[in-house]
Amino acid sequence: MSSNKKYWKSVEELNENSSIVETLQQNEFVEEIPTDEFLGDKESLESSSTSRRDFLKYVGFSTAAASLAACEGPVIKSIPYVVQPTEIIPGVANYYATTIANGYDFASILVKTREGRPIKIENNTDVVTNGTANARVNASILGLYDSLRVKSPMKSDTEISWSSFMSETSKKLSSLADGKEIVLLTQTIASPSTHKLIGEFTEKYGNVRHVVYDAVSESATLDAYQAKYGSRGMANYDFSKAKTIVSVGADFLGDWQGGGFDSGYAKGRIPDHGKMSRHIQFESNMSLTGANADERVPLKPSEQRLALAKLYSYVTGNSSGGANLPGAIDSAVKAAAKELSAAGSNGVVVTGIQDVNAQTVVLELNEYLNSKAFDSKTTIKTRQGNNKAVMQLVADMKAGKVGALITYGVNPMYTLPNASDFAEGLAKTDVSVAFSMKQDETSSNCQYIAAAPHFLESWGDVETKSGHYSMMQPTIRPLFDTKQFQEVLLAWNGNASSYRDYIKEVWTADILGGESFNNAVQNGYFIAESSSENSSQTVVDETIETPSTNAAVALASSAKGGDLELSLYTKVGMGDGQQANNPWLQEFPDPITRTTWDNYLTVSKSDADSMGLVNENVANGGLNGSYADITVNGVTISNVPVIVQPGQAKGSVGLSLGYGRTAGLKSEMQTGVNAYPLYQNFSTVQNVSISKVSGMHEFACVQLHNTLMGRGDIIKETTLEVFNTKDKKVWNKVPEVSLNHIETPVTSPEVDLWDEFDRSIGHHFNLSIDLNACTGCGACVIACHAENNVPVVGKTEMRRSRDMHWLRIDRYYSSEESFEGDNKKKDNISGLGSSLSEFGEMERPADNPQVAFQPVMCQHCNHAPCETVCPVAATAHGRQGQNHMAYNRCVGTRYCANNCPYKVRRFNWFLYNKNDEFDYYMNDDLGRMVLNPDVTVRSRGVMEKCSFCIQKTQKTILDAKRDGREIKDGEFQTACSAACGNSAMVFGDINDKDSQIATLKEDNRAYHLLEHVGTKPNVVYQTKVRNTAKA
Amino acid sequence: MKHVICRNLTSKILSLGFIILLTVSTSLSAQEGDVAQGKSLFNANCAACHKLNKPMTGPALANVEQRLIEEEGLDREWINNWIRNSSALIKSGDTYANKIYNEWNQVAMNAFPQLSDQDITNILAYTAAPPPAPVVVDAGADVIVQEPGISNNLILGALAVLFALLALALILVKRTLNRFAEAKGIETVVEEKRTPIWKAFIQNQFLVLVTAIFFLLASGYFVYGYLMQVGINQGYEPVQPIHYSHRIHAGDNAIDCKYCHSSARVSKHSGIPALNICMNCHKAIGEVAAETQQEGIKEYGVDYNAEIQKLYEAVGWDGTGYTGETQPVKWIRIHNLPDFAYFNHSQHVSVAGIECQTCHGPVEEMEIMYQHSPLTMGWCINCHRETNVKVKDNGYYTKIHEQLSKKYGVEQLTAAQMGGLECGKCHY
Repeated sequence: MSSNKKYWKSVEELNENSSIVETLQQNEFVEEIPTDEFLGDKESLESSSTSRRDFLKYVGFSTAAASLAACEGPVIKSIPYVVQPTEIIPGVANYYATTIANGYDFASILVKTREGRPIKIENNTDVVTNGTANARVNASILGLYDSLRVKSPMKSDTEISWSSFMSETSKKLSSLADGKEIVLLTQTIASPSTHKLIGEFTEKYGNVRHVVYDAVSESATLDAYQAKYGSRGMANYDFSKAKTIVSVGADFLGDWQGGGFDSGYAKGRIPDHGKMSRHIQFESNMSLTGANADERVPLKPSEQRLALAKLYSYVTGNSSGGANLPGAIDSAVKAAAKELSAAGSNGVVVTGIQDVNAQTVVLELNEYLNSKAFDSKTTIKTRQGNNKAVMQLVADMKAGKVGALITYGVNPMYTLPNASDFAEGLAKTDVSVAFSMKQDETSSNCQYIAAAPHFLESWGDVETKSGHYSMMQPTIRPLFDTKQFQEVLLAWNGNASSYRDYIKEVWTADILGGESFNNAVQNGYFIAESSSENSSQTVVDETIETPSTNAAVALASSAKGGDLELSLYTKVGMGDGQQANNPWLQEFPDPITRTTWDNYLTVSKSDADSMGLVNENVANGGLNGSYADITVNGVTISNVPVIVQPGQAKGSVGLSLGYGRTAGLKSEMQTGVNAYPLYQNFSTVQNVSISKVSGMHEFACVQLHNTLMGRGDIIKETTLEVFNTKDKKVWNKVPEVSLNHIETPVTSPEVDLWDEFDRSIGHHFNLSIDLNACTGCGACVIACHAENNVPVVGKTEMRRSRDMHWLRIDRYYSSEESFEGDNKKKDNISGLGSSLSEFGEMERPADNPQVAFQPVMCQHCNHAPCETVCPVAATAHGRQGQNHMAYNRCVGTRYCANNCPYKVRRFNWFLYNKNDEFDYYMNDDLGRMVLNPDVTVRSRGVMEKCSFCIQKTQKTILDAKRDGREIKDGEFQTACSAACGNSAMVFGDINDKDSQIATLKEDNRAYHLLEHVGTKPNVVYQTKVRNTAKA
Repeated sequence: MKHVICRNLTSKILSLGFIILLTVSTSLSAQEGDVAQGKSLFNANCAACHKLNKPMTGPALANVEQRLIEEEGLDREWINNWIRNSSALIKSGDTYANKIYNEWNQVAMNAFPQLSDQDITNILAYTAAPPPAPVVVDAGADVIVQEPGISNNLILGALAVLFALLALALILVKRTLNRFAEAKGIETVVEEKRTPIWKAFIQNQFLVLVTAIFFLLASGYFVYGYLMQVGINQGYEPVQPIHYSHRIHAGDNAIDCKYCHSSARVSKHSGIPALNICMNCHKAIGEVAAETQQEGIKEYGVDYNAEIQKLYEAVGWDGTGYTGETQPVKWIRIHNLPDFAYFNHSQHVSVAGIECQTCHGPVEEMEIMYQHSPLTMGWCINCHRETNVKVKDNGYYTKIHEQLSKKYGVEQLTAAQMGGLECGKCHY
């Protein structure tokens, strides 16, 4: 229960005598201001040649020069259109519905454009297809303005024209030597029109092979599905329909099977009439999904296989054989099986084990349960890669059988584990053309780079699920001399029509069924009335891996692990690494480790201790970690930094893919190590050996930043049982203070030191954050970045606690630290094996902590401590409940940040735009095109913070005023609430008594952060309820 | 200003009279046509595509009837048919109609079935009337205007000479008297040497102190005043790439501000009109009236017709069609708010219904646009304090106005009471 729990953000805090934690609690600004550096010591002053007189001269001159310069304002030019397009009104935003489909991320989105420039990506809320825009999709807009994009087609490092590109390549393609084939190596193309185009291309050139390659493969899932249902795809899951979710190694809130399951999951997590879904997670790495689970069982990857096989046998009663699981895990599996059986069709099982048998077992289990959440009819098409075909291609290339290789949207030289084989094969290929936006590892080794446009400059169509079609339309004219893959295919095919017309043809003929094409473009999606049914027949296809006839037995017998097993995973921020040049994503703190600008080896505490790997916090709060060399099958990656990860299964380590890229990236973005060489045979699990090497790595980890000064627990949580049976006072008690020796709640006006302002008239904005629905995905963080022109500060500044995120998602670990919890646990111990492990567990809270995520932004206190201490009245309160920050008035005393109990104020230590020291997107004209013209770009020495997106609320009000109408509920949105696909964040006007926010504010679960301080915030949190009580 | 208008009016009446006289005396054979009515009909119906003496979208129409009768042998009947429905005439296979149609890029002329015979007669009469004589500038009037200036100078000069003479005379008289006195042996009284006043002043420390304080305060006042106007560009009137006269457009022609600055209704920017907006009218108006041209050269030193040519060059208009070669006009922005101040035109123009002139001054009298208001925060705030919110018939304000006016006990809420003074309303 909330009051007894101990929360911590970092393992360091569990250390009783840590001076670092003490220091961090005492100081808002950990880093001392380097006055010595500026003023100099006695010695250097004496040795200086500048005399006092000289100094005064310089001061006098510079003052005079500055004041002279200030007298004359600059001449500003204003250049109107010659012919203004009718749809563009300067100052008014246009929205276009389009779709992102970059082979890894798929989502229907709205693009906000200003004066013709796309500036922000938002959710297309009309679309019911899987998935809202995640952090990477939100950030993908920056890729459009990437200064390192290929600006025109290139032939071995020299720019050529499209006409010569076309004539040269078509000549070469049609005059290939006999027997040599043309290979199209593409990312997952879920596009009906492109598939048709490739078919036509095959028809014309004859000897054509199309190989689909996913950098992070779901091939096993696809193979299992294909073997069982006959078509290549992935089964769809709707977690909102599941009451009991058992996941074995599936990070389904992350990128598992294409991602996009989190909104359905979140729906089931909000307690409704005393019921919410129960989620049991078996996993090795601490994943986002595991962090959200009610019960999380850490186990090694090899044990996952066994656990899944056992789960299958416990549920269905068919024996799976295989070795025995350790006692604690086995009982957990048994318990999970019991719950699943009890749930019946309300249960669902998923797995992330990349093994065709494991995936088959899951399909069989879900069919056995007749799970409502499991939908084998609607197939997901966002992963289509085929490992076998890719490996075959590399072998063929090496044998010199491939005449021409055309790559589209893939970077195999970086992502293939056997990239050197590929390079060898590429050299033997007669013609190589890469469709790429970058001179990346692959395209710079190809003969031709066909400069490809960004998806915001392209036409396209996507079938994300069978029957669910999305439309991609350009939102800006191509910035550079680029042509999309499909346009070039059309030209190669000798088809003179544009790709847009081609899509229209295909859609009108095959998809729309008489509906309007223009409507589909405007809506950005189209759902066909009857989705295609799959024939439920077993096919034997040589190109895929086929499961054994008894998959569970095969799975159990394949569960042989090593001493130390590595699980490769993808991070929420970086994914497969194709957006590595995106500073927003580099600076995005990982939800679990809260580390930016890096990937790292996650190691459990006990393994770290035994190998001598350490994490330590240095004086300024920065995290340092040991280096380790890791070796898999003779392939060694050296100097991998190590993070000790609470919750990591003993005997397992984790490492994320997507980092360590070097080609086509600014030097600042070349971070981390490349883990793809370890991704051998497309298996995310590898036996690994680790050796410690000397040196310490400096992480830019924000987990210890902005601590609440020892004010303690700001998370409130309870269990479903307590929530359902006990009074609110028990689990969500309002703090009390003594008034005339009578305990009075702090919320009552009598105990308030301040006079209350009247906020009953007009709007009064509140934001509700539901800790149950928040999965910590971080889409809001990036959306806030994009909306509010938040600068990127870089790794070294991040390390110095100078991050500028207006919105941070705090991650808290907790364990049953109370005596009751321990006693209960002790009572439940049965048998020697169990007692050994569980007593051991009780000794170390970091072994399997519970996790809670809490987004924190400016709380917009009605009695704001920051406002009273500002000497220049730069921050003041508005009647609408927003705490205003007037940048032009701020002189940078930083008193406000010191006095803020929530630590949400951010100081501009430097000028972050037009400054070569911070060479991120705000340093070039191209990158600055993404800036929101309605929000000031802050300068050096100014405090800033979340404004409750006042530019958005003001716009909503103005629109209503212009129309002369009242504002409806739901019209007010902040960037974060609009970006939250899980409806964890709800924004609105509490003076509108019928609004959702007004109800939420009065909800039993509602509480404010640090209520006892009496700040009366306008952000309200909903107590986290865990479904931990056994069913 | 008024003077000019009056003069224009008289000259117009005079010339009109002259024209009427002429037409009455010359057009004896033709049907009686009313030139004045013809002119207004011509301007309403024909002027978009035709000019009298210059080809535009269609051919020049001066003496068109005479020309057609004499050169082509066509009669009034043909002209009537052509005007009322030219395409029917072309379809019927009429030779001249087809010739004209092809000559003018096969752009069919609009049909004007509403014009009566008398209307057409009037229009033709107008086209047959000789062009009005160029306005002769009344030199006499100018002389009269200038006279007082000259005479004042003369009088002042004469007075100055007179005073100088007087002073000279006095000095001479004094000298003579002194000489007399010397000659007579009268001793002139030599004054006692007193401490000069500046020395006395320096010796009086109190006075020095007071003066010093006074000077310090005064210089402080002026320095402060000087510094406070740094960055305030009231009266900023840069030279623009095209001499655009708001006086002619908004004043003389009374074009609504929001016709060109249309985005002021819906956007935060009032917007500098795109050149295609200019061409809505200037496609037809290639030259200003002769008197306006004269006035421009005389009073503002600007050749308006040349300025219109600059527009044509930028937009790529060769008199009959667009060449496609455009070049943007780089106007110099006059009203520059700093980046940290948010201002929205539509809030003020559409919601509050404030006249553009409230902030931008008498634009309709400005030959060249300049910044009328200081655009300081104090100026904004003062207006917000004094201006009532326009709540009538606006559903948004109904509830809030009712509650707030009760709270403040006022009939009409000012923008300030509505929250218009809060920092965050303009700074974010």
